[in-house]
Amino acid sequence: MTMRTPLGRVLYHGSAHDGVGHWMVERVTGLALAPLSLWLLVSLLSLPHVDYISASAWVASGWNPVWLSLLVLLSAWHSWLGVQVVVEDYVHGFGAKTGTLLLSTFVHVLLALSGVYAVLRTVFRGVP
Amino acid sequence: MPERPLSPHVWHYRWAYTMTLSILHRLTGLALTLALVGLVLWLAAIGLGPARYVAWLPWLTAWPAMVLYGLAIVALVYHFCNGLRHLAWDVGRGYERRTARTSGWVVVSVAIVAALVCLYFLARHGAGP
Repeated sequence: MTMRTPLGRVLYHGSAHDGVGHWMVERVTGLALAPLSLWLLVSLLSLPHVDYISASAWVASGWNPVWLSLLVLLSAWHSWLGVQVVVEDYVHGFGAKTGTLLLSTFVHVLLALSGVYAVLRTVFRGVP
Repeated sequence: MPERPLSPHVWHYRWAYTMTLSILHRLTGLALTLALVGLVLWLAAIGLGPARYVAWLPWLTAWPAMVLYGLAIVALVYHFCNGLRHLAWDVGRGYERRTARTSGWVVVSVAIVAALVCLYFLARHGAGP
């Protein structure tokens, strides 16, 4: 005997209303972030100075804009999924839960876009 | 909420340190969300140009900021190591209790050593201008 409806089976939807997509994206973004975060950590710790010229030169040099944008986008995505899981576990009540999830979504989209925009601005301004 | 029978909650089990590691993974994840906010603010300061960056620089190099960098490094190193442990579980490896406990100790040890190395470089650079 199955508890699943024919429609649910046709749409591949279980009781969670979506498949393993959330779980899988969390893993894939996490895997991609492993080398990127290692790169960021080593790069930042080996920055000789944090004055404007050194910082902007580092952001704009070589393929760094690509890695930085990727890092910001994937971190925001991974973080959005992770925060969602924590909120769903610990924030109770429909209003509070929905409100927190909406806020988290807005903040993460803002983070992703601002990060990429900031990198692009630095690249196109050029290093003094 | 309809009244349904609940499965035994976490407090009904004898505490094992692997549970602490699991909770730490979530806590460091949340901390890294804040670190991402910090990273984007720094990128924004650079993107806004030299004048704005110079104005923000004293805040970026003040000691509370340095403490936050240190905490972010610790969170990143732990979440990184334990994340690899999670990925190993996700491909079906290391689920045996003994293995899971051993890998927990390995993660904590490696994270402590790596964090100390990173903190040494942070302190040596001082992130000063």
